[in-house]
Amino acid sequence: MNQLQNFTKGFFRENPLFVLVLGLCPALATTTSAINGLGMGIATTFVLLGSNTVVSLISKLIPDKVRIPSFIVIIASFVTIVDLLMNAYVPELYEKLGIFIPLIVVNCIVLGRAEAFASKNDLPTAFLDGLGMGLGFTMALGILGAFREIAGSGAIFNYKFINGDGILVFVLAPGAFIALGYLIAFINRIRKT
Amino acid sequence: MAKTESTFKNMVLTLTLIAFVAATCLGFVYELTKKPIEMSALKKKLDAIKLVVPEFTNNPDEEVFRVATGEGDSLDVYPAKKDGVLTGYAVNTYTKSGFSGDIRIMAGFKPDGTINYITVLEHKETPGLGTKMDEPAFKNQFIGKNPSDFVLRVNKDGGPVDAITAATISSRAFCDAVQRAYNSLFASGQWDGNSGSTESTDPSDESKKEKNKE
Repeated sequence: MNQLQNFTKGFFRENPLFVLVLGLCPALATTTSAINGLGMGIATTFVLLGSNTVVSLISKLIPDKVRIPSFIVIIASFVTIVDLLMNAYVPELYEKLGIFIPLIVVNCIVLGRAEAFASKNDLPTAFLDGLGMGLGFTMALGILGAFREIAGSGAIFNYKFINGDGILVFVLAPGAFIALGYLIAFINRIRKT
Repeated sequence: MAKTESTFKNMVLTLTLIAFVAATCLGFVYELTKKPIEMSALKKKLDAIKLVVPEFTNNPDEEVFRVATGEGDSLDVYPAKKDGVLTGYAVNTYTKSGFSGDIRIMAGFKPDGTINYITVLEHKETPGLGTKMDEPAFKNQFIGKNPSDFVLRVNKDGGPVDAITAATISSRAFCDAVQRAYNSLFASGQWDGNSGSTESTDPSDESKKEKNKE
């Protein structure tokens, strides 16, 4: 697999949300609007980049038996950094995402990439993988958020294009499952052809 | 480079080292972001105060005082003064009856108890439904009303407040928070009444209202 494929696999072929179906909790909870979804995705991308880079650099030094605790400490540190930075510089978005920022620690995409990919590959490969996966996740959250915002409140990026309310169910939790289900079905249809 | 063996010594060393480096980095970032976080919290508070009370020239944040809610809690009150004359109060109030979690509201009152303006500080209500409580369409109906004769109750409960469609719980919670601010500031004995207005609120009537809501 060349480096380009390694980068682009996160967008489509191995998209964390649509194909691997990982990280569903933040995906369903934070995608009530396109901007929230994108914000969450970018925060996750930062953590993925950081953890993949550090893990691939020092994985040789970590004894096998303590690799998971080590990875978790590394990931938790990056999440706390993101948490503090967002609180300081984008307080509005930080408030909207709330508990889901600290919860990136337990997002299985991050640990999954660290354990299954970054610890077995060299730095450039792991870095590109983290970037691709993170941006793929961001893209997926953005699409899901935009879809729910358009259908649910008749707006996009807080710009209202119809008067009145949309289909209320889409801004609620069940709407997240419905929207994600249709999106995955759609992606699967494309992948099969 | 060979993989480090999983001996006891290696494992302890590795984990200690990683934890140490991580803690150092976090301490550094914490120091770096401490100031901006405080600034943004303060700015948010001042913006909210500015929004809900009439013009003022003092620094309400320095003259903050607390009033008891009568429920074993207290609220922060920021008095707004223009050239030494009291123009209003901003009350940082809350409700526990939100649809999901607590709601914090900054409610601005004129010295006689009339609602000047209200803004929502913090909430976790459903986007597109409960979030509408911070939109003018809903909150403008409170402006200029005095809770002593304007019952803070939604239509469904027999009050004059038009609830948000599909968000009656959030609307009720909003009323509850404003009522709490009003009760604590004006209906309790803490209020010194130096503005010269005649407050007609009967405390027993208020407590009855509280009971009805539950």
